[in-house]
Amino acid sequence: MSIFLNENSKVIVQGMTGSEGMKHTSRMLASGTAIVGGVNPRKAGQNVDFDGTSVPVFGSVADAMKETGADVSVIFVPPPFAKAAAIEAVDAQIGLAVIITEGIPVHDSTYVWAHAQGGATRIIGPNCPGLISPGRSNAGIIPANITKQGKIGLVSKSGTLTYQMMYELRDIGFSTAVGIGGDPVIGTTHIDCLQAFQDDPETEAIVMIGEIGGDAEERAADFVKANVTKPVVGYVAGFTAPEGKTMGHAGAIVSGSAGTAQAKKEALEAAGVRVGKTPSETATLMREIIGG
Amino acid sequence: MDLFEYQARDLLASHGVPVLPGGVAETPEQAEAIAREIGQTVVVKAQVKVGGRGKAGGVKLADNPEDAKARAQDILGLDIKGHITHRVMVAQASDIAEEYYFSYLLDRSNRTFLAMASVEGGMEIEQLAVERPEALARIPVDATVGVDAAKAAEIVDAAGFAPEVRDQVIAIAVQLWDAFSKEDATLVEVNPLAKAPDGTVLALDAKITLDENAGFRQPAHEALEDAAAADPLEAAAKEKDLNYVKLEGEVGIIGNGAGLVMSTLDVVAYAGEEFGGVRPANFLDIGGGASAEVMANGLGIILSDPAVKSVFVNVFGGITACDAVANGIVAALQQLGDQATKPLVVRLDGNNVEEGRRILADANHPLVTVVDTMDGAARRAAELAAA
Repeated sequence: MSIFLNENSKVIVQGMTGSEGMKHTSRMLASGTAIVGGVNPRKAGQNVDFDGTSVPVFGSVADAMKETGADVSVIFVPPPFAKAAAIEAVDAQIGLAVIITEGIPVHDSTYVWAHAQGGATRIIGPNCPGLISPGRSNAGIIPANITKQGKIGLVSKSGTLTYQMMYELRDIGFSTAVGIGGDPVIGTTHIDCLQAFQDDPETEAIVMIGEIGGDAEERAADFVKANVTKPVVGYVAGFTAPEGKTMGHAGAIVSGSAGTAQAKKEALEAAGVRVGKTPSETATLMREIIGG
Repeated sequence: MDLFEYQARDLLASHGVPVLPGGVAETPEQAEAIAREIGQTVVVKAQVKVGGRGKAGGVKLADNPEDAKARAQDILGLDIKGHITHRVMVAQASDIAEEYYFSYLLDRSNRTFLAMASVEGGMEIEQLAVERPEALARIPVDATVGVDAAKAAEIVDAAGFAPEVRDQVIAIAVQLWDAFSKEDATLVEVNPLAKAPDGTVLALDAKITLDENAGFRQPAHEALEDAAAADPLEAAAKEKDLNYVKLEGEVGIIGNGAGLVMSTLDVVAYAGEEFGGVRPANFLDIGGGASAEVMANGLGIILSDPAVKSVFVNVFGGITACDAVANGIVAALQQLGDQATKPLVVRLDGNNVEEGRRILADANHPLVTVVDTMDGAARRAAELAAA
């Protein structure tokens, strides 16, 4: 098993015909993902060739779902149009919408989140690398050849730290790695992933990577204490980040005393999560638990 | 982006929020001219993006234009908690009968917008929230609906505004929402919202934070940036579209991905404890692409920082594999030529790492040391910076 994404997932790409969409659709196909269509109202009815695989373009998410049975959409649409693209996916009631786009105004992501409440769609992102269930499917931009299928679940705000951790533990392998994104408002949280990994029989242990800003890690710590029986190790980035400065991720900004890396580390440790000082040390902690 | 008070005041006024007449001055003479135009007692306020101006002597009353000039003379150049005062706002002074508080903000924990209001203004709102939480109304605002007169009334009544100001505050609440939503703000905070002795309600001071991601649809916001305050290296980096933040340290940092770079800063600071407290000199995220040109631009900025004694290049080869990154580093060093004078510690991991390391080994650049692990490379960079 894996979470959110598996070998039966049928994936469409909104913004497939743009340069990022083309590049990553090609990569997703190469890693074995079932890409069943693209969405672009101006190119509906056309086919796009990716190294011999012909992918049809549909006029809307709803059309693509009707024709292909798609249940996952990966969104590469640029920021000015990303809100409309996400709303379209939610209104079509697709099961999973992965918003890769970086730089979406927070008024738009907050609107999309409010709009999606009570609906059928799980949103991951925005400003995230997506998720991968190695050996099964890859929805987003996570490099597929870092590691293999295995028994660790990973949830992270950061893309490259996700890759780093997958690489450090590549011989053990991962059930699913989810990059939830570093924006202030995101669709799927650490807690959502912790719950799903707890419920997934294949996942034996969980790595949780956080960073400064907000209180998501503190809430996740409470959740672990109350609901997670599988071992969890953690890592938090941003101990040296100064107050009030944005470091790449719009969400990674500390104001006042809340949201510091130290506070997050302490909250996680109080919940029984072992927290590494560096990514490598965190991987070592995981090895001690899982014996690999 | 946080605005200065005068910018916030102008922005609110443009959305119909009642404010007192006034203007901004960079010289005592300008302050005098504004005070003359207002023609009555004015308040001269330091324009700095930090609290506690009053206690630091940055807010003064002036009875006449000459007095305003003298007060501006005192305040301009004042250092308030490390912020130098370059401008003062000169505004009509108002007697205050009552002080209130009103704000809209992004509540990221609950992934919604939030209105906060209180009839007990004038004190630190954080203090009020802790000491008397019942005095601060907190009403979530649905982003798909916003604030109309009915919603505004719900907020205003929850805060317990008195009947004689209720209608005025409701109107202001709608105007503030207009500013918050149309300007892509993540914070609009009026403190105090004040009732003058004649019963008029006005925004006397405001803090606004704008979302920089919305720049593509907010062309007017660019002019609100405080170019004078930006660090020269940060300004140079911005021109090259580099995501750079200057810090107080000695080890220059380049990496790909915000999380990995933040982590790199921590690992360097941690390693630096062993070498007399060496610290990271900057944050620089060159993104997933990590092309030779971006690498050269990034190295150029970091090597021009006189505080930098060593540089740590920490890249995880994902979409751009390690061989391409290594070629980028070699090309960047060639491009920089004699400008490259400080030792570089390079750590590459990920896709095609062996090829990447081979390329760096073949180039055999005298300044470059390749270390296989992130922790080991951080330690080496800290050691070189301390030498």
